[in-house]
Amino acid sequence: MGLAKRIIPCMDVTAGRVVKGVQFLNLRDAGDPVEIARRYDEQGADELTFLDITATSDNRDLILHIIDAVASQVFIPLTVGGGVRVPDDVRRLLNAGADKVSINTAAVFNPQVVKDAADRFGSQCIVVAIDAKQTVWGAAPKWEIFTHGGRKPTGIDAVEWAQKMQALGAGEILLTSMDRDGAKSGFDLNLTRAVSDAVNIPVIASGGVGNLQHLADGVQKGGADAVLAASIFHFGEYTVRQAKEIMQDRGIEVRL
Amino acid sequence: MIAVVDYGMGNLHSVAKALEHVAAGQTVSVTSDPAVIAQAQRVVFPGQGAAPDCMRAIDAHGLREAIQAAAETKPFLGICMGLQVLFAHSAEGNTACLGLFAGDVQHFGTELHDGAGERLKVPHMGWNNVRQTAAHALWDGIPDGERFYFVHSYFVVPEDRSIVAGETDYPTPFTCAVARDNRFAVQFHPEKSAAAGLRLLQNFVTWQP
Repeated sequence: MGLAKRIIPCMDVTAGRVVKGVQFLNLRDAGDPVEIARRYDEQGADELTFLDITATSDNRDLILHIIDAVASQVFIPLTVGGGVRVPDDVRRLLNAGADKVSINTAAVFNPQVVKDAADRFGSQCIVVAIDAKQTVWGAAPKWEIFTHGGRKPTGIDAVEWAQKMQALGAGEILLTSMDRDGAKSGFDLNLTRAVSDAVNIPVIASGGVGNLQHLADGVQKGGADAVLAASIFHFGEYTVRQAKEIMQDRGIEVRL
Repeated sequence: MIAVVDYGMGNLHSVAKALEHVAAGQTVSVTSDPAVIAQAQRVVFPGQGAAPDCMRAIDAHGLREAIQAAAETKPFLGICMGLQVLFAHSAEGNTACLGLFAGDVQHFGTELHDGAGERLKVPHMGWNNVRQTAAHALWDGIPDGERFYFVHSYFVVPEDRSIVAGETDYPTPFTCAVARDNRFAVQFHPEKSAAAGLRLLQNFVTWQP
């Protein structure tokens, strides 16, 4: 009994399809977003996240239609991110049926957008996505925020940034290790623990999941409130239910 | 017709979509028009955001009387902030609320820990168990202890314990559902709680209090 740790399948979407690649390269088609969302819902996913990875602004409306279709059939929380720059972008996604909107790069260049969006729509629907890479090793490790798919350093400390985002009104942090993304070697547990301990809002661990034990490690060792994974679910390697059974076996509260 | 009260606070599309899914043959109207609310057979009163903003928005839309009248006379379902502002007072921004239930709304605090010493985050966000502390038509077909989806930092403290219909632990018990006569209100989001949530909404659209 008690609040369950969440498992959140994540779908990268472009041109109306779910795709998967390693750090935005070698994209593989994984299927129709509505169909995949329904399958994850049936498997017991606690929430779903969609990231619109469309590079140009041409096809932005496509994601709105997808979210509308998913929200009419799947009744669990939906988070949408990618290309969110101004509060009106947040409004459009919420109106299409998103429950939360994830802000990433825009927050780095203009932190005020987080405050404006939280003031207007409520903290409960504002997720700030943080992409971090380790830059200092040893006894006092440090992680820095990177933008542009992990290519551009910003000089911003990830832990301090998470605290700042909380202060501006973020309701949740989606924390991705760019070192681990696609590597299948597990979450960066030190990063996850450092951020989770530094803020009072929930932290979603992301980047690096290769097997189901990694998900449990993110919760038990990293202190994550939720774990996000994409490829291990997309290609049928594992189901969400199997992931929850492993977590339950390790003593983690899950919704089964 | 089922009216979903729209006063500009939060995502009403999820609520409307879920109601449309379970209310075959009934029209679902997302509205800020007091006349439509007055005509509706049933009223759903959702809401997200902060209590002071919600109360200001209710008055800015001229909806206070329509909401109070609906809560007195017809099947009425409050969700999330639509539960909290039914009470007399909220600690969030020291706000006077609608006062349809005696009691107030309090914050979880910032130093919560579970039995293992791990910090419990605020907002209370995710799927938690709901103990049905009183039998009610809206619990029909839903197992006691079923999980529902929550996202909130404040919780209601009713003065009259006889209205409590459900409780959840975080880590101590708080009231997550209240019921009296034609009114039922919940802290969690049935529209986002998969099969159990849809069942509760289905129970509401057929409820004859």
